Amino acid sequence: MKNALAFLAVLTLAICTLVGCGGEQRGRTGGRSDVRSDVQDAAIKTYVAPGDLDKYYLFSSGGHSGQVYIYGVPSMRHISTIPVFSPYPATGYGFDKESKEMLGGFDWGDAHHPSLSETNGDYDGRWLFISDNANNRMARIDLRDFKTKEIFGPIPNVSGNHCSSFATENTEYILAGSRFSVPLPKGRYEKIEDYATKYNGVVAGIAVDPKTGHMTLGWEVLMPPFNYDLGDAGKGPSADWGFWTCYNSERATGKLEVTASQKDRDYVVAVNWKRAEEAIRNNKFTMIAGVKVIEPKNADGVVFLLPAAKSPHGVDVSPDGKYIIASGKLQSITTVFSYEKMLSAIEKKDFTGNEDGIPVLNYDTVKDAEVNVGLGPLHTQFDDKGYAYTSLFVESAVAKWKLGTWEVVDKIPVSYNIGHLCASEGDTKHPTGEYLVALNKLSHGRHLSVGPSQPESSQLIDIAGEKMSLLYDAFTEPEPHYAEMIRADKLKPIEVYAKEENKNPKAIWDIKDAKVVRSGKNVEVYMVAVRSSFEPSSVDVNRGDHVTIHLTNIEQTTDELHGIGFNEYNINVVVDPGETKTIEFVADKSGVYPFYCTNFCSALHQEMQGYLLVK
Amino acid sequence: MNMNKYLAATASFFEISLDLRSRALVLLGALFLLPTFVLPLWNMTLYSNQFPDGLTLHIYSHKLEGGKSPERDDLKEINSLNHYIGMRALEEDDFTEFKWIPFVIGGMVLLAFRVVVLGKMSKLADLLVLLLYFGVFSLWSYYHKLYLYGHELDAEAAIKIDPFTPPMFGHHTLANFEVYSYPAAGSYLMLVAPLLFLAAVWYARKSWKAQHQG
Repeated sequence: MKNALAFLAVLTLAICTLVGCGGEQRGRTGGRSDVRSDVQDAAIKTYVAPGDLDKYYLFSSGGHSGQVYIYGVPSMRHISTIPVFSPYPATGYGFDKESKEMLGGFDWGDAHHPSLSETNGDYDGRWLFISDNANNRMARIDLRDFKTKEIFGPIPNVSGNHCSSFATENTEYILAGSRFSVPLPKGRYEKIEDYATKYNGVVAGIAVDPKTGHMTLGWEVLMPPFNYDLGDAGKGPSADWGFWTCYNSERATGKLEVTASQKDRDYVVAVNWKRAEEAIRNNKFTMIAGVKVIEPKNADGVVFLLPAAKSPHGVDVSPDGKYIIASGKLQSITTVFSYEKMLSAIEKKDFTGNEDGIPVLNYDTVKDAEVNVGLGPLHTQFDDKGYAYTSLFVESAVAKWKLGTWEVVDKIPVSYNIGHLCASEGDTKHPTGEYLVALNKLSHGRHLSVGPSQPESSQLIDIAGEKMSLLYDAFTEPEPHYAEMIRADKLKPIEVYAKEENKNPKAIWDIKDAKVVRSGKNVEVYMVAVRSSFEPSSVDVNRGDHVTIHLTNIEQTTDELHGIGFNEYNINVVVDPGETKTIEFVADKSGVYPFYCTNFCSALHQEMQGYLLVK
Repeated sequence: MNMNKYLAATASFFEISLDLRSRALVLLGALFLLPTFVLPLWNMTLYSNQFPDGLTLHIYSHKLEGGKSPERDDLKEINSLNHYIGMRALEEDDFTEFKWIPFVIGGMVLLAFRVVVLGKMSKLADLLVLLLYFGVFSLWSYYHKLYLYGHELDAEAAIKIDPFTPPMFGHHTLANFEVYSYPAAGSYLMLVAPLLFLAAVWYARKSWKAQHQG
């Protein structure tokens, strides 16, 4: 490894001497030359030699593609895609019975914020949760096999699940809420003119079973018709709290870019979820859409509002849990609230007003600092040395500043218009302070041109030293809203489903057990896939039959996947080694339709085929 | 006359009673047969580009076992690959050896105990002859098995190859695989038994000679 690096360094140096890698000349290769890095340093820090492994997994949200993309850090290589809210023929997701049912009839989702499960405030590598802004759902991916295991929702009363998903310190809850207030319960009509009085948002906690990860609705709090934007769970001393930002405290409708930007301050919502649990236990709730919803005016001490600089976007809690940091995207400051000061203001009832019965805390007593980070601050992450890193959308930069002294110590330009940022384990109690990925919205031709539909850019930044340095430009599928980075050694994924583990009653493990069972119009096929054949290799049905195929891949070797694609029947399912999947369809077209292995498996992969014969 | 003398000498050699040291060596030798019930007798490893760590096969006196990890079942994998050249799947039921070999080894141990108790050179000779016969027969049987697996290839196999005998000792290249085959711990320990038995013969003879001359 060391030799390889040294060789690479020499090679880089040699190439640089030959082609003249200095300053402006590099612009001749055609790329934009305004943001550059020290080439040799960056090459050595990001080069992962063939066969070597990356140090971190980066789980990046795929936005309106509906998926999650996995990158290795520091190489920034795209390793794999986990389909979540959209069908994905590459793995057969959304084509077999189980995943189809899980998608619930939706063809897409807007995968927004991923959240790794936590134990004691640190990533435990068990699950990854991700919210769906479009259809108000929450998905859970099991990191044992990197598969989406559960999609919860559409969540009642939640509309536009954007301010989600953020895990509490021991994954008791995953936070959720409404970006778009609507008349509740959903499905009801109210005139848009009545927005301010008849529309509502909610913030919610989705309870997670500590053993299975199974999600259920924990509690909801009925909120004024603001737009709840982002959130974070408390840590350490503040572990019992959840925080959300909101914009449009003007309760405006129409052209929000103007109407919702009138007030100088909006709010951070603080919910004490222990008190919310208590309120539910004490029957202080109203049933809305079959859900126990807490109305703040009936339950003291559950929810408070902290005034925050204009239309705040991200809210992030520091690793020690003492500071709540909200970034006002329309001002150049990030507001730091003190958790302790918030508690004492609540105790002293130091309120300056209320919104629909929710106390508004006195800004001057709860804020610790206004940090002048730069233009358009959005999100903040942390390192292990007491620094915070705030993304600046308008300025296209990341600001590094010190917690406690509130002094901005460094700034690095990024390309371009950064949204979220993700530091290595940077939202846990123990950030590792090695890397930061800038999730930029615009790439503006820093890549080979691919026409008008452009990828996003994700840039790797070294944050181990005093000064930040840019290491690598990666280009990513739309659209990385947020990502989380976890040390690779925390995950121990399986690569084969052990035969003993396959509890599917329809699984068969021997070619001799392959069979077709017919009862009336229902045809049930027990099929085996193994190098390099399907058994049975032909299935005879009548037109109009309801066909159910239980396909078991009886391989027990890593990477021996088999697919089954049916020509002109719009079906493709992939089964992993040791997995059984069920395919259901109505044979509504007569004729002879080939099926074949779609996932290249062996030297005789081409021969792995059969026929569906429809009389 | 000479011939008769020789026969008499031989007969009296087999009449030698074993001294304490020799009996102890026979007992120790018998103990070295016991690990064959838990340790493999033979290992085969198949290396290729796709399997740099090698697919492994362990042959015991009573069972066949492939290397097993959460990512891979080597026996299953070897069978999956072998089916392309039309080789029969390796299955435990196919080997009658797994039934009689443990039984025979158990018999050998009992015979050794008999030697320890009766303490006669003739009984020790019986044990050694039977053990030698068993050893040679087992090796031949194993070789024959390998021969059959490599020669009774399905005529309809996808890939036609010349019949071959998988290696018993050492290295063999087969398609993209480098196959290594060697005896394993159980066999090496088992080999100690006859050596101890021979030592018992030698010591018994030595002390008999010393007595005879004295």
